Amino acid sequence: MQEYFIIVISAILINNIVLSQFLGICPFLGVSKKLSASLGMGGAVSFVLVVAGALTWAVQTYLLNPYHIGYLQTIAFILIIASLVQFVEMVLKKYSPPLYKALGIYLPLITTNCAVLGVAIINIQKEYTLGKVLVHSLSHAAGFTLALLLMSGIRERLEDADIPESMQGTPIALVTAALMSMAFLGFSGLI
Amino acid sequence: MSLINEITKGIVRENPLFRLVLGCCPALAITTSVENGLGMGAAFTGVLVASNIAISALRNIIPESVRIPAYIVIIAAFVTMTDQLMHAFTPALYTSLGIFIPLIVVNCIILGRAEAFANRNPIIPSICDGLGMGAGYTLALVLVCSFREVLGAGTFLGHPVLPGSSPAILMILPPGGFITLGCLLGFLNKLQKKSA
Repeated sequence: MQEYFIIVISAILINNIVLSQFLGICPFLGVSKKLSASLGMGGAVSFVLVVAGALTWAVQTYLLNPYHIGYLQTIAFILIIASLVQFVEMVLKKYSPPLYKALGIYLPLITTNCAVLGVAIINIQKEYTLGKVLVHSLSHAAGFTLALLLMSGIRERLEDADIPESMQGTPIALVTAALMSMAFLGFSGLI
Repeated sequence: MSLINEITKGIVRENPLFRLVLGCCPALAITTSVENGLGMGAAFTGVLVASNIAISALRNIIPESVRIPAYIVIIAAFVTMTDQLMHAFTPALYTSLGIFIPLIVVNCIILGRAEAFANRNPIIPSICDGLGMGAGYTLALVLVCSFREVLGAGTFLGHPVLPGSSPAILMILPPGGFITLGCLLGFLNKLQKKSA
């Protein structure tokens, strides 16, 4: 039980996927302007991340390893993720058109969201069992959503701030992220 | 003349990292030392040029509706090759870049160039475009690396440059990456406003 607990804490707070591992920066900067959109993005990425984590684990364990074709890992994983994203896109388009519009270009971009592929590869590198893969993916998804929500909350306030012209937009977002990342460094003594 | 233009546009005018703000993830993660930046830049350029060639050569064969999956498979194949080559010939670099080598496959710049350039231009200009974008990205990486390595570790390419002063370790920790890139982007915006 303790092992699982450590995985959860370290994935959400200590090794936060955005703020300390730098995976998934594009949606983190791109969709974090509105709280509602970032909640939707967090949800979509979380779903893809967990399902992709389980699927890629199964493919690695039952297909790539027995036949010694581990070098096909990158290709196999990216194909799994791409088809999953296509699926999520179709579901959202049918059942939640407003969210589909709000996410816009960032939805197909989940395919090229390094967080999804990154977590899938880390799962394999750490040789987790299926249970740990699920917990690990879920915690990283939660960490991603947490970072995204915090960021969009700050950015909604920043809109009223008087920012020097050349720092507006991405530069100030990066500096904000730096301060958040510093705050998250404080968690590193937790375990 | 236009071929030279294809090369130079990627370095300054359309620099993928500074002007288009694409490919941020590796630019923040592996830029802790100049050596990493050069290695990542080289691997990235190799994949970009190779995938540009392949996609440009196949541009009339790949059906429009399945082009994105097709591009991703092509890119993934070249990334796998690069991964194996680096594992064999540069083991130290392979270890320090770690997970970010397979992650080249999801670098938005490569898919972006395939979509925006290679699928509508012949092979030679596509090679030039790949070289230019690769050089621009490598330069940008090295610039970010230089700040972080000098300030954070007090060295440049492993040689000590700030004797007698203790380095600010924060700069090679994650926050340093965000700060460096944010300030560089702000500074470049300012420069561009002045010259415009």
